Amino acid sequence: MRYAETGFNLEVDLTRGNIERVPSDPGMTEHYLGGLGTNARIMWDRVGPEVEPFSPENLLIFGTGLLAGTPAPGTNRTIVTSISPQSGLLAFSMMGGFWGPELKHAGYDKVIIRGKSPELVYLYINDDQVEIRDASRWRGLGTLETAEVIREELGDPNVQVASIGMAGENRVFFASIEQGRASASRQGMGAIMGDKNLKAIAVRGSKDINIARPMEFMEHCNAALKYIEHRDKNPIRGVIPILAGLGSPQEMAVHDEQWHTENFMWGNARERRKGFWTPEIQEQWTGTMEGMRTRLLSCHNCPMKCGASIAVDKRFCSYMMKCFSKLTYTMAAYSDLDFGLRMAQKATEYGVDAFSCPQTMAFAIELHEAGILTDQDMSGMPKENNDRFFWLMDAIVRREGIGDVLADGTWWAAKRIGKGAEEFAHNNIRKTEQLPLKLGMLNPIYFLMYATGEKANITQIEGQFPQSPFLTREENEAFVEDWIHVPDDRFKEWFVEWEIRGEKSIPNYPSVEAACEIVHWQEQMHYIDDSTGMCAGLSSFPLKPPFHIHNLPGLISSGAGLDLDEDGLVQTTKRIRTLVRANNLRRGMTWEDEKPPEDHWRHRFPELEAKLLQAYYSFKGWNSDGVPTRETLHDLDLDFVAEEFAETGILKEEPVGSAT
Amino acid sequence: MSAAVKTVKTKTVKRIRIDVDKCNGCRACEVICAAHHAQPRFSSTNPARSRIRVIRYPLSDIYVPVLAGEYTAAECPGRDRYVIGGKEYEECAFCRASCPSRDFFKEPDSDLPLKCDMCESDPTLEEPLCVQWCLADALVYEEYEEEAKDEPAPDEVDEGLLALAHRHGWERVRDAMTRMANKAPGA
Ligand code: SF4
Ligand code: SF4
Ligand code: SF4
Repeated sequence: MRYAETGFNLEVDLTRGNIERVPSDPGMTEHYLGGLGTNARIMWDRVGPEVEPFSPENLLIFGTGLLAGTPAPGTNRTIVTSISPQSGLLAFSMMGGFWGPELKHAGYDKVIIRGKSPELVYLYINDDQVEIRDASRWRGLGTLETAEVIREELGDPNVQVASIGMAGENRVFFASIEQGRASASRQGMGAIMGDKNLKAIAVRGSKDINIARPMEFMEHCNAALKYIEHRDKNPIRGVIPILAGLGSPQEMAVHDEQWHTENFMWGNARERRKGFWTPEIQEQWTGTMEGMRTRLLSCHNCPMKCGASIAVDKRFCSYMMKCFSKLTYTMAAYSDLDFGLRMAQKATEYGVDAFSCPQTMAFAIELHEAGILTDQDMSGMPKENNDRFFWLMDAIVRREGIGDVLADGTWWAAKRIGKGAEEFAHNNIRKTEQLPLKLGMLNPIYFLMYATGEKANITQIEGQFPQSPFLTREENEAFVEDWIHVPDDRFKEWFVEWEIRGEKSIPNYPSVEAACEIVHWQEQMHYIDDSTGMCAGLSSFPLKPPFHIHNLPGLISSGAGLDLDEDGLVQTTKRIRTLVRANNLRRGMTWEDEKPPEDHWRHRFPELEAKLLQAYYSFKGWNSDGVPTRETLHDLDLDFVAEEFAETGILKEEPVGSAT
Repeated sequence: MSAAVKTVKTKTVKRIRIDVDKCNGCRACEVICAAHHAQPRFSSTNPARSRIRVIRYPLSDIYVPVLAGEYTAAECPGRDRYVIGGKEYEECAFCRASCPSRDFFKEPDSDLPLKCDMCESDPTLEEPLCVQWCLADALVYEEYEEEAKDEPAPDEVDEGLLALAHRHGWERVRDAMTRMANKAPGA
């Protein structure tokens, strides 16, 4: 019997209309857990470096995390993996909600899509019954609208649907896959789904998910719930409200947006508006939110309610929202919250990423103001500011006129536009738009995370170590008192010593060595979550979460019937992380791509940065080019990677016996 | 001095108060109920086997947790539809029956009816598990005393048999029972 996982994947060839239920190898689970880990291995084995994103050979994998659907709170993640049209690299976009557990209950760990359907179709999975069904009459329908018509057609209100909208159908590079309460938004997974002519995957399941050592497993679950209640009553003191609690940032519940509106950048990641948050704005925006938000919503088996039903021009609910998408449209357009929530409703139906899309539109407005995009390029654009954004989004998702260029995101659009447009695509790493954040002094921890994070987003790497010290050493000391989450007490010492100003402040503190370890720890926690399907909101993202490196080995082991201790889990995570990197290195990524945007910090330190990067590479067991060494690969049972890298010249053979 | 005291026999009624406005739709109640009733306990989970189901229509903002009640062989001939505060609830939304009209409250493999037993277990739990796991307080456990009437509660085995009889006829059930009883160890 298999535990936590089902032991079966669904292989769907859309070109031939072929569907197969294929048993998976338990050895893969031991080596890579599930979710991102096993996705990365399948991509390595089956999608060579020559495969283009929009090629029938590119796979689109919906991989549930190893623990998804078990009683462990917050285990509901599906990792969507493919080659990103935007970066050309391995994508691993994540979605919560209810879809993943439903797939598990239907009896599958992953849906692996290959080929391209000649017509627009959707996949219907109902336990052992799996069908490819016609969706051609739904072309152009919104993501939520699609889910509704599918439920109607199937006569089952409880089917969980992941679908694309017009953006995905038209291969907009930042198209998302939406499933109601959640979405896989980053890295253009909706475009790949659209390219495959797959409108939706509808799932219903009624099978058991087994737990290997139930009593031990439930102890972990119950302890986590207790701790969540404790943390709810004891928010972290001295930090802004959204960092004080658990879950994804509580954007739906919190009204005080001073921090975001005054610290994040407006427009095309350009301007910081100090003093923006006045009592009048606070009152207006609170009114908007309270008028439109009808309920706070959780994902499957999680108490955190990070999302909300939002009613735009409807009484009860027109869509569901979460997180910072609350403000990205508002801030890109220099508008207000009412506009932002209305725009987000359209964006959800069209299916676009709430970071890349607003920024791309603001970029277009800037190019127009600078005369790089002409009135003719923008012909038909309304005069009024808010209307312009609605107009731009419509053009982008339809790929009409200038929208066709913008639909490739700022990096590719700038290349196509030329005439100096590249300067305006200033907020990318690996061709992908980043959080609109521009700061003063370089922070060595964040430098490393931005540079080397192979996820598209800083929020997918950061989390465990506070972003800055408290005002006083006493507060630092108070913070570390119940900081049981650190891998080692050294981390507490580093934090206690950290100062806002003075000798032990950024950029030279934490030291290069400490920065490497801090980054490694934070990143590791995210890779664990992405492989187990645990929501970052209960584990890798917030300060002092219920799940951490000391209790996760027990949770994973007792749930899945593995025998992992802390060292074992650390080693497994390293293997997964290294294999993700290997996938990207063979696709041509190099150390030169490991660069935060030029203007991310006003004060830069090229020498320190080079030192940080080299120290981090060597800490990770990578050579000075950022390629894992043969020894590292061997230690991680990744000799097959070493062999290919030696053949292709990515790893240069070191001369044998040269040392005397 | 002594007076004749009229003793009133009372019983403790266990109740779960359901606040639909507080429900965040997480289905933790389904997950834990199914796990609790798995054999061995917590060895699996499956909301399809849960004795509480959350009727969800996200785009109508409808979330109604319903606890499984009595088994019924036939669906109601007439139905109702509630409109509360402008929200229109589906037919049977508030009904607790394990009923042929819907796939809730039945074992997925055998179709045998499921009924909430208030997490009866030994030792007795402080609170039913769905309540414990609902941190949103959409489910709140309450107990109160009520005058007892001498009505035996329907037995779970009786109910299961009744359901089988409705599906297959008494004769087949009787035959199967005799056959199996003869084969049972110690028979
Ligand atoms: S913490 Fe928030 S985002 Fe994460 S699973 Fe829970 S409700 Fe969903
Ligand atoms: S656990 Fe509570 S909040 Fe979650 S679905 Fe059940 S009743 Fe609603
Ligand atoms: S009280 Fe127990 S048996 Fe009844 S629905 Fe809740 S968890 Fe299930």
